[in-house]
Amino acid sequence: MAKLPRRREETLGGQIVHGLPFPVETSPEALAFLKHMAPLQVEQEYSIKYLHSYGQDSPWFAGVTNRRLLGTREPETGYTYATPRGHDMATGEQTDWVDLTTRTARVHAFTVCHFGSEEFLPETPYVLALVEFDGADTLFLTRLMGVDPDAASIDWIGMELTPQFLRNSKLKPTDVYFVPAGKPSAEPLPVESSV
Amino acid sequence: MRPVYALSGGVSKFAKARPDKTFQAVVKEAYDDAIAALGLGFRDFNAVVDGSVASYFSDHFSRQLMAGIMVQDYLGLVPKPGHRVEGGGATGGLCFQEAWKSVASGHMDVCVAYGFETMSHVETWKGNEFIALASDVSWDYPVGGFYSGYYAMMVTRHMKEFGTTPEQMAAVSVKNHANAYHNPYAQKRNRYSIADVRNAPMVAWPLTRLDICVMSDGAAAVILASEEGLARLEKAGASVTRPLVRVTGIGRGTDAMRMSDRPHVDYDTFMRDYATERERSSDDTRAYYRDMWARGTRYPGVHSFRAGRTAGNMAYKHAGIKDPLNELDFIELHDAYTSSEVQTYEDLGLCRYGEGGPFAASGKAFMPGIDYGLDLPDQPVCPVNPSGGLIACGHPVGATGLMQGVFAIWQLQAAIKERFGDPALQVQGARRGAIHSHAGTGTYVSVSILERED
Repeated sequence: MAKLPRRREETLGGQIVHGLPFPVETSPEALAFLKHMAPLQVEQEYSIKYLHSYGQDSPWFAGVTNRRLLGTREPETGYTYATPRGHDMATGEQTDWVDLTTRTARVHAFTVCHFGSEEFLPETPYVLALVEFDGADTLFLTRLMGVDPDAASIDWIGMELTPQFLRNSKLKPTDVYFVPAGKPSAEPLPVESSV
Repeated sequence: MRPVYALSGGVSKFAKARPDKTFQAVVKEAYDDAIAALGLGFRDFNAVVDGSVASYFSDHFSRQLMAGIMVQDYLGLVPKPGHRVEGGGATGGLCFQEAWKSVASGHMDVCVAYGFETMSHVETWKGNEFIALASDVSWDYPVGGFYSGYYAMMVTRHMKEFGTTPEQMAAVSVKNHANAYHNPYAQKRNRYSIADVRNAPMVAWPLTRLDICVMSDGAAAVILASEEGLARLEKAGASVTRPLVRVTGIGRGTDAMRMSDRPHVDYDTFMRDYATERERSSDDTRAYYRDMWARGTRYPGVHSFRAGRTAGNMAYKHAGIKDPLNELDFIELHDAYTSSEVQTYEDLGLCRYGEGGPFAASGKAFMPGIDYGLDLPDQPVCPVNPSGGLIACGHPVGATGLMQGVFAIWQLQAAIKERFGDPALQVQGARRGAIHSHAGTGTYVSVSILERED
């Protein structure tokens, strides 16, 4: 059995107290002593709901909802963005939508996150991957499923991938994720559909 | 542009948490330290200083908008001019350069750059969330926003392209922690072995906890002045260290926020737009890169920081540096991750792209005279992060780039023994050093060159 960690996990939460030590009389000596007191720390809440607009990128989210993975393409040069951009970085021209759903996709870079920021901690370990597509000039950040997070290997880079789509869209970039291509899932995927 | 002198600097102790003081009072520690180094009192300095630039990264950490003006008034600098600079992890480096611009342009004769961050007010994983919001919230953050994960992805590509190993990265951690053992301002003063680094808890494969810097509370301040400003300070009673330290080079670069958008350019474009002068002029290096491109490497992709290379090239040109490894006596660079220090060796031209891993383990970037417990094949040439860097000193974001400036000034003033109470980290005969500040996944990068005038 592994040893317990030496340090207990701590949270910001503390005990509620009523009343605080303070000199009964504010004599000069008592007031001078206040400079030697430990600081008070209080909890403050901060919670905001944003109405976030995907703006010109909105069709992409409609696309994954309909099991289509879109990118964008500069109409003259053909420079293709796997993560859509409304305007091309080199020419400044407005881009056109292209369908990348059936393009050959591969792992370009990846990691296994054993920790994460607070929102994603419950999902650890999870695998992030940047995906490259045949005929596309830029990459796409995604979650990689169907691999063993304890068996991470540089050899994963170059692995051919297939996109999978959530049946019930959350209108997030994670509505699409990727799995190793040609590897039938051991489990049925009742709520998902692969192309 | 006028000559700009970096006269003095001060830092607060960097710590996991500083609940003993508000951020304004922590900045005042660094400010008072910088003033005291000039031999001036608060009133005398404040009567001469023309204005300021404030540096802090995140409004979220302190849940306070316009925190900069709260520091400005706490320091008694109102109604003098001032503004806040923000550019992610490079905020401090950008602040240093904004203060330089204020003086170089003639707008001010004496300008103080101060920076801080209070990261302890939220739990570590919430702090990671705030930092991850410095990635595209439409496309990157929702996928699993975590900066350690982003850097780990970049280094897996570096490993694939160039054969870089986690053990080579771990050598950076061993070096920077061992250096910080001699730096009383550092947050972490521990000695580690390569095995310690590799056996530490895995955070984002292949980066362990000891490959990654920690969050900190802290502040730093640097005082810059023109010749006229120097004369005014001395007239007010300042005792300025001679020889003077001059800022001789400024460079900056940027890149796309989303890593996925980084280009993959061909050999000709790389040589034309990004190669260092030294790389361009070497037949051997041109052949080396031609071979690399023939094997499929493209630039910068996600394995290299084009912003860092751009900033370095610009600063070197400004300072007249052609061979940074041999013409710089030390570098304080932004080692938020051991992997990014390895990547930055290449960006800054200390070695060629693809050679960062072997360079990290070679000994060339280590301090002479310190026992690292490693078998290093080469002698030190240009110590990198002699202070211990972000990995060991801590990374209170808005203060970090200025902390590098302070440590660089102390190196060039030969004041390390006096300031650290230990001469081990003094680079002997240091005449010229560089500070490198880096944001996001390589989105904003600044490089500044400081030189001792003899």
